[in-house]
Amino acid sequence: MNIINIEHIAKIYELGMEEVHALRDVSLRIDKNEYLAIMGPSGSGKSTLMNMLGCLDTPTSGIYEFKGQSVSTMSDNELAKIRNKEIGFVFQTFNLLHRSDALHNVELPLVYAGIPYAERRERAKQTLIDVGLGDRIDHKPNQLSGGQRQRVAIARALVSKPSIILADEPTGNLDSKTGEEIMQVLEEIHNKGNTIILVTHEEYIAEHAARIVRLRDGLVEKDESVSSRYIHT
Amino acid sequence: MKNIAFEFKEGMLIAFRALKANKIRAALTMLGIFIGITVVVLMSTAIKGIDNSFQRGISALGSDVLYISKWEWFSNDDWWTMRNRKNIDMAQFDKFKNLAKLPLAIAPTTNSRRTVKYRDRRVEGVFLNGSTSEYVETTNFTFASGRFYSEIESNSSRQVAVIGSEVANSLFPRGDAMDKTIKIGGANFKVIGVLTEQGSVILGPFNPDNQVFIPIGTIFKNFESRHMRGITINVRAPNPGMVAETKEEAVSVMRKVRGLKHNEVNDFSINQQEALMDQYNSVVGVIQIAGLFITGLSLFVGAIGIMNIMFVSVRERTREIGIRKAIGATRRTILAQFLLESSTICLIGGSLGLLAAVILSMVVNQFIPTSVQVDAVIIAIVVALVTGILAGIAPAYIASKLDPVEALRYE
Repeated sequence: MNIINIEHIAKIYELGMEEVHALRDVSLRIDKNEYLAIMGPSGSGKSTLMNMLGCLDTPTSGIYEFKGQSVSTMSDNELAKIRNKEIGFVFQTFNLLHRSDALHNVELPLVYAGIPYAERRERAKQTLIDVGLGDRIDHKPNQLSGGQRQRVAIARALVSKPSIILADEPTGNLDSKTGEEIMQVLEEIHNKGNTIILVTHEEYIAEHAARIVRLRDGLVEKDESVSSRYIHT
Repeated sequence: MKNIAFEFKEGMLIAFRALKANKIRAALTMLGIFIGITVVVLMSTAIKGIDNSFQRGISALGSDVLYISKWEWFSNDDWWTMRNRKNIDMAQFDKFKNLAKLPLAIAPTTNSRRTVKYRDRRVEGVFLNGSTSEYVETTNFTFASGRFYSEIESNSSRQVAVIGSEVANSLFPRGDAMDKTIKIGGANFKVIGVLTEQGSVILGPFNPDNQVFIPIGTIFKNFESRHMRGITINVRAPNPGMVAETKEEAVSVMRKVRGLKHNEVNDFSINQQEALMDQYNSVVGVIQIAGLFITGLSLFVGAIGIMNIMFVSVRERTREIGIRKAIGATRRTILAQFLLESSTICLIGGSLGLLAAVILSMVVNQFIPTSVQVDAVIIAIVVALVTGILAGIAPAYIASKLDPVEALRYE
C-alpha cells in the first residue's frame, strides 16, 4: 500500500536576489513497511526532501500525497495535525526538551493529540519500556547517555503510532557501538511493521535499509533496491 | 476539534513547568507586577479612604444647610466686590429669622481664633464658633457628654463652651472635661458639652473636632467687634428634598432684609456644601488622578519587564518551539502556551501584590482610614491578567509564527 506519493516536486528558496533550487524534480513512492534510506552529499537536497516528507515544509511545485491526501495545499494547522498523527521524527541532535523528564518528552505528542492524562502517561511509559528505558522514565535528558537520549527520542516518535518514522542522521552524534545499537532498535521497529525513512550520508548506516535513494543536485540520481544484498549478509 | 478546556489545562501545566524551570527569573519578573499592583491598590484604597473621610466630615455639617454670607465660597468673582459688600449683622439676622418661614433651623455664626488653655495644657489657634442655641439643629452633632448651650445661655451670653473631640483630647487626656473651667484667650468658660468625633482630618480647622462652640454674644463681648465682624446665617432646609425651595425663599427674604431694589444684584451669597465638594473634587481629584497615573506607571514598567522576559524566553526557546511544532503543536497551541505563561506570572505577582496591599492598608489604616474594597480587588486581578496578556501577546505571536524548519536548526 502506498503511503507517500511524490510527483515532480521542486523546492526553490529565495536567498536575497538569488534563487536556490534545493529540489529540482523528484518523484518517489514509498510503500507501507518499507525501510528506505535517502543518501547524498551535503547540498544534494536531502534535508529539504526530509523536511518535505516530514510535512515541516511544503513544495514550491509538484504533487505530494500522504495516504492519498494532498499535502502541498495544506494549511499550517493541517500540517501540524498530520505531523502529530502520522509522522515520528528522530533527529541527529535528539531534540528532547532538556528540562523535562523522559516520560514527559515521550507523552508530548499525545498531549497535542488531546489524549487524556492517565492514558497518555500509560502509553508513554509502555513505549519507553519497549525501547528498553523502563527504569529511566523520570530521568532528564542530561542524566542520560547519548544512546539513551536517542532511545527516548525514538519512543517519542513511536508513541503516537505514526505511519512513518523519519530518522535524520540518527547515529550522527553517537559512537559507532551505540550507533549500531540504535540501528538495531530501528530494525526491530521495522520488523514490527513500521515504515522507516532514514536520512544519512554514511554508507554503512544506509546498508540497514532495503532501498537506497541517492540524491545529487536536487535530483534523484539512483533509486535501488538492496534487500537481496541485505538478506545475504 | 479538541475542546478548549483541555487545551487550557494542558497549557497551564506547560506554563507551570516553564516557570518552575526558571524560578529566579519568574520570581524577578513577578516582582515588577507585584510592586505595580501593590502600589496601585494601595493608592486607590487610600484615595477611597480620604474620600470617605471627607464625605463623612461633610455630612456631619449637614448636606441640607445653606450658608448665607457676604462671601461666596470658591468664587472666581472679584475679591474686592465681595470685600466691599456690607457685613451681615445681627439685626439683619433677626429680620431674616422673622420673615423666613420654610427653614427647620436658622442660626447666626461668627468666629474667631484663640488659644484655649486648661492649667498647663494649651491648644493654639482654636477655631471658635459663636452662634445661638439653634445652631445645633443645623448640624448632625452627637455628644460624648453634656449638651449644647441653651437658649437662655445664648441669649444672656453666658461664658459656656462646647468643645470638639480633638480639643477635648488635647486638654483633657483623661476625658474629664465636663464642668471644668477653661481659658479661651484669657476669658474663663465652663465646659458644658463634649462632641464625639465628627469627621474628617481633611477639613482641618473646619473640622468640628478642632473647634469650640460658644454663644455668639460672648464672641462679640470678649474677642471681636460687633461692627467689624460680620456673621453668616446658617439655614437648614426642612428636609433634603426642600433645599431648592428653601434657597429660593432665602434669596427673596435676604433681598428684602438688605433693602435691595429689583434692579440691584444680590450683595450676599448663598453657599452650599456642594461648593465645598466641587472645590474638593477639582483639587484633590487632580492629585488623585496624578497619583494613580504615577503608580500606574510602575505597573507599566512591570509589564514591560514581562514583555522583555517573554521576548528573551521565545528567543531562548526557539529550538523548543521547533520541537513542539515538529511533533504536532499548532500555532494556536504555541500562542496559548506563551500567553498562559505571561498571564500566570502576572496573576501570581498580582495576587501577591494584592495580598501585600491588604496587609499594608491595615497598617496605613492606623493613620488614614482606608479599606481595600471588593471592586479594587476585582480591578487588580483584571488589570494583572490584562497586563499579562498584553505583555505576552507580541512575544507569543512571534513564537507561534516561527517556521519549524528554521526553529529546529536554531542553535
